[in-house]
Amino acid sequence: MENKTSYWQENLRLIFICLIVWFVVSFGFGILLVEQLNEFRLGGYKLGFWFAQQGSIYTFLGLIFWYTKKMNDLDKKYNVEEE
Amino acid sequence: MEQLKLFTYIAVFGSFAMYFAIAWMARAKSTSDFYVAGGGITPMQNGMAIGADWMSAASFISMAGLIAFLGYGGSVFLMGWTGGYVLLAMLLAPYMRKHGKFTVPEFIADRYYSKTARMVAVACLIIASLTYIIGQMKGVGVAFSRFLEVEYDNGLYIGMGVVWVYAVLGGMKGITYTQIAQYCVLIFAYTIPAVFISLQLTGNPIPQLGLGSTLADGSGMYLLDKLDLVVTDLGFKEYTTDNMGGTLNMFAYTLSLMIGTAGLPHVIMRFFTVPSVKAARSSAGYALVFIALLYTVAPAVGAMARLNLMNTIEPVAGQNLEYEARPQWFKDWEKTGLLKYEDKNGDGKIQYTASKETNEMVKVDRDIMVLANPAIANLPNWVIALVAAGGIAAALSTAAGLLLAISSSVSHDLMKGVLTPDISEKSELLAGRIVMTISILVAGYLGLNPPGFAAGTVALAFGLAASSIFPALMMGIFSKRMNSQAAIWGMCSGIGVTMLYVFQHKGIMFIQGTDFLGSLDPNWFFGISPNAFGAVGAIVNFAVAFAILQFTDDAPKEIQDMVDNFRSPVGEVASAHDH
Repeated sequence: MENKTSYWQENLRLIFICLIVWFVVSFGFGILLVEQLNEFRLGGYKLGFWFAQQGSIYTFLGLIFWYTKKMNDLDKKYNVEEE
Repeated sequence: MEQLKLFTYIAVFGSFAMYFAIAWMARAKSTSDFYVAGGGITPMQNGMAIGADWMSAASFISMAGLIAFLGYGGSVFLMGWTGGYVLLAMLLAPYMRKHGKFTVPEFIADRYYSKTARMVAVACLIIASLTYIIGQMKGVGVAFSRFLEVEYDNGLYIGMGVVWVYAVLGGMKGITYTQIAQYCVLIFAYTIPAVFISLQLTGNPIPQLGLGSTLADGSGMYLLDKLDLVVTDLGFKEYTTDNMGGTLNMFAYTLSLMIGTAGLPHVIMRFFTVPSVKAARSSAGYALVFIALLYTVAPAVGAMARLNLMNTIEPVAGQNLEYEARPQWFKDWEKTGLLKYEDKNGDGKIQYTASKETNEMVKVDRDIMVLANPAIANLPNWVIALVAAGGIAAALSTAAGLLLAISSSVSHDLMKGVLTPDISEKSELLAGRIVMTISILVAGYLGLNPPGFAAGTVALAFGLAASSIFPALMMGIFSKRMNSQAAIWGMCSGIGVTMLYVFQHKGIMFIQGTDFLGSLDPNWFFGISPNAFGAVGAIVNFAVAFAILQFTDDAPKEIQDMVDNFRSPVGEVASAHDH
């Protein structure tokens, strides 16, 4: 039972980290801070515009795969791996 | 023109033949095959199928066009329709897969130990899915009428027939394998023209990089800077900073689309088709890879199409195109009524500006941008034919997924779950097929006689999913104590608030004249548009549910144990796929 609780706690912590990043790149960089970031450039892209139309999507991808990997490790650690 | 027609027939009917062959090879033999493809789809296959399921006629045809005219504001669709997968992968999919049932209402019924909750979920699901299908059927009709010069009605009948054959025959199994093929067709059809156009404009074949590159015309100017310059010269808002209705509206709109995406039943149920919890997590990642392939190209398609359109009409600043010298694609789209020109100042030239008085392009339908794009850029005919097949593939694959969501909720949740629990597997399978046939006929009828509210309904579908289904599922997984009264009241008030807001601005059931506040910005709550209101509905849902939970008993012990059980990838499953 204790094992189950701490497995869940660690999972919640991972989710929390991921959702912070998720929020920052899309709502933060893409919407709230877009004007400030647009002062900078990435090639022909204004940086805020790039986050809104490209960067946020790439980050989402990275997040899901990172979370999947971390959870697989966690499954191993707590011995709750599926066969 | 004749060659184009021949190519288009080959591309469209060749792809149909492929779908039929696949459906025949993968036809469903059991209810498990029919609802969840036997639970044996690999994450990569499932990711592709989710991609095709998810990317509808709206993603394929409309989205780049919207971005072309909204500029930066169009980002809400890009972030909203991809960010939802992060929520799905972390908050819903793995746990719902572990629980191991066939449908979303069934999960809600188990978790909230309530037939009422199941019925509320079935109602939300059917309304959301049916409104979505109408759009797909219209997409098929439009693609046929434009490219094959078949009557819109006949195009729609052909589309209905094709979906009927492989969805009814194959169930989830047939649909999954067909969707994989359809994904390949649509992504190929979307990226090939984009690569050509990016090469022409910037010399860079990768559209995502081309959009950030300098123009190949020797000016050394960045493409986006040039576009900003061209549109502001004509009085339009700057492309890269034009924010649709302000920051708060963009924020709420993006959030609504994200949680709406995560709450759409036809997407969630695809996660029931994989063999394990691990596979459910990673298939969300693969799904987003396949979706991102189109979604990162779309902004390039939008911006480049806008630039090409502007350059066609005004090749050099101050030298406008003679109307008589307009290119063939211009004439073709004029015939459809989606493009209209009116010579206001009588000079025989085309002026395209932001001002109502001087603008002579009185109608430029956003939906034509993707379909007309290859012709605007003078690409070869086979590319144009491919785009036709891709648009139809996108519409058909989404329609099939939605039909399955509807038929399973009727035959499995309504009949097997509530009305006739003793039904045999064989009869349930037959019932599923009959319901699917009826749904196709209803969708076809609505596609032929689009109700006045057709355009507004997609917003309602997202609003419903965001304000009802997503919060109920999330609270069911993350709050052990959440009980059935609180969840039901939460769902009803979330939907209630959202519908009220949409109706008061767009008319009750979208009937014109029954709106009591008018669809005007000043009346909007903090400037949030009705389309973006699902996020507020979701917050109301959470708030009401937790408030009621304070005054009612916690969920019973066996339910809390069940939650413990689906939070862990191993351990006994209440009742697995064979129930």
